[in-house]
Amino acid sequence: MDVLTLGLFGGVLVMLGIATAVVRYLKRRTDLGLDPAIIETFRLRVWAWWLLFAPLAGALLAGPMLSILLFLMISFWALREFITLTPTRPADHRALFWVFFICTPLQYVFLMLAGREWFERPLNITAYDIYSIFIPVYAFLLIPARIAFSGDSKRFLERTAKIQAGLLICVYCLSYAPALLTLELPPEETPAIQPAIGTDEGEVAEVPPAYEEESVSEMIQIENLAEAAQAEINLPHQAVGRKRRLLFFFVLIVQLADACQYLWSQIPSRHPIVPSISPARTWEGLLGSAATVTLIGAALSGVTPFAHWWQAAFASFVVSLTAFGGGLTMSAIKRDRGVKDYGTLIEGHGGVLDRIDSLCFSAPVFFHLTYFFVNWG
Amino acid sequence: METNIAGGILALVARFLSGASVRWIDCHPDPCQRVYFANHTSHLDAVVLWSALPPDVRALTRPVAAKDYWMGGPIRRYLSREVFNALLIDRTEIKVHESPVDLMIREIGHRYSLIVFPEGGRSLGPDIGEFKSGLYYLSKKRPDLELIPVHIDNMNRILPRGEVLPVPMLTCVTFGPPMWLERKEPKVKFLARAREAVIRLKES
Repeated sequence: MDVLTLGLFGGVLVMLGIATAVVRYLKRRTDLGLDPAIIETFRLRVWAWWLLFAPLAGALLAGPMLSILLFLMISFWALREFITLTPTRPADHRALFWVFFICTPLQYVFLMLAGREWFERPLNITAYDIYSIFIPVYAFLLIPARIAFSGDSKRFLERTAKIQAGLLICVYCLSYAPALLTLELPPEETPAIQPAIGTDEGEVAEVPPAYEEESVSEMIQIENLAEAAQAEINLPHQAVGRKRRLLFFFVLIVQLADACQYLWSQIPSRHPIVPSISPARTWEGLLGSAATVTLIGAALSGVTPFAHWWQAAFASFVVSLTAFGGGLTMSAIKRDRGVKDYGTLIEGHGGVLDRIDSLCFSAPVFFHLTYFFVNWG
Repeated sequence: METNIAGGILALVARFLSGASVRWIDCHPDPCQRVYFANHTSHLDAVVLWSALPPDVRALTRPVAAKDYWMGGPIRRYLSREVFNALLIDRTEIKVHESPVDLMIREIGHRYSLIVFPEGGRSLGPDIGEFKSGLYYLSKKRPDLELIPVHIDNMNRILPRGEVLPVPMLTCVTFGPPMWLERKEPKVKFLARAREAVIRLKES
């Protein structure tokens, strides 16, 4: 594990440790006059972060396959929360079976095939060509066809749309987060090695063709050295390190955007954005979180594969907006269904879907933004 | 021992697959002799209810189930006999000398609790059907048994009647406050009261 990864993962875990200690301290100090409900909310938040970041860090260190599996499990659980709250009819049963046990795992299997020569070369495609259209096109068509085949036409379009939406949000969109691990990053420009290669190559070029034999062997040696240096830069484990830092950075920024929105909404002057859907989300929260997260993203740009600090800052800014959009959309769905939280997996703190709604909405945007930035210029 | 481990594993699997959240309303898990009566929409109801109980209570609780279903096939036979310790009732062959209620009373002795589904068969939709009289005769003969109403939510969506493959939706198992057969309470009134108790859990 390299220093940057250790710093990023370790830093987050240390922060969580501090937050846990603060919670413990506040719970014991009843004389401070703080609202116990707020402390309890804070405690559950910290607990939910532990449940998210500890397995994520573990899976990322264990390898990309395990990380993809972790996200498959999160998708599966989020989808069951979504479908549980969605009214379906008995005729939807077989379609739901397809959605849960065929479409959801397949999406992640396609993700695992990314970068596999034996799969991509003979077919002359990339895994991205498949996993980016599998659910929006093929699953999209399969679901209404399977429901129609069951012969129950009552509220047909509504039922179909709800299952499709669940699959798209909980599985398709979320799968773009582990897809960051499959992104092809350009070779890293390490300042310490880069100039050395430059001079090496320069020397090689300057050597006149008619030289003594000794020098030729020397030249070959130099050439070998340059190749070795280049190979070191492209070492696969280095690329893995950068990709897992990228995924961790993304999840961290989304969670920070959520937390900052909550914190900034606490300041006295409140202007709710959409009071009819979520009175707790205020302009102060949105703007405050956008500013804070942009600054944090810029500060952490060193751990990302972005070439410039402003790219990390801009990506963080966009994530703060998509995270807001995700939370708001899920609030609207919940309000329509007349529930407060999606599940009871994390006691008293809603379900998995409540915690990852912002992640689902941000993942595809962040993925494409990263793709755009790292291939720029 | 072996059956305990198998039971533990199966309970874990059932808890995970059904994603069951378990609620106890005005009621606590207790190994005393009880009759859990619940709504019935799926073959998995008994398994889900059974796995929602804590291990020590689970070891003393026997689901009452249909013999023709649970004797069909070696896996079901093993599970019902060795793991759930199910009390199988023959629905096809009605014996004159021993009613199912007599059989239950003889089998539980003064040790075991029971899981029963008083609707008789599985209902098709989410509505709870009228209760059959078994629960009444059971408590008439053993008025000391605590009757615990249980509502199992969403099972009709996980494995609807006539389907083989379950869909992993989230269920909720709610245990309600104990009730007993009142002295001289008429059968119809008692059964309606028991059914009301389950419906009330559904709405809470």
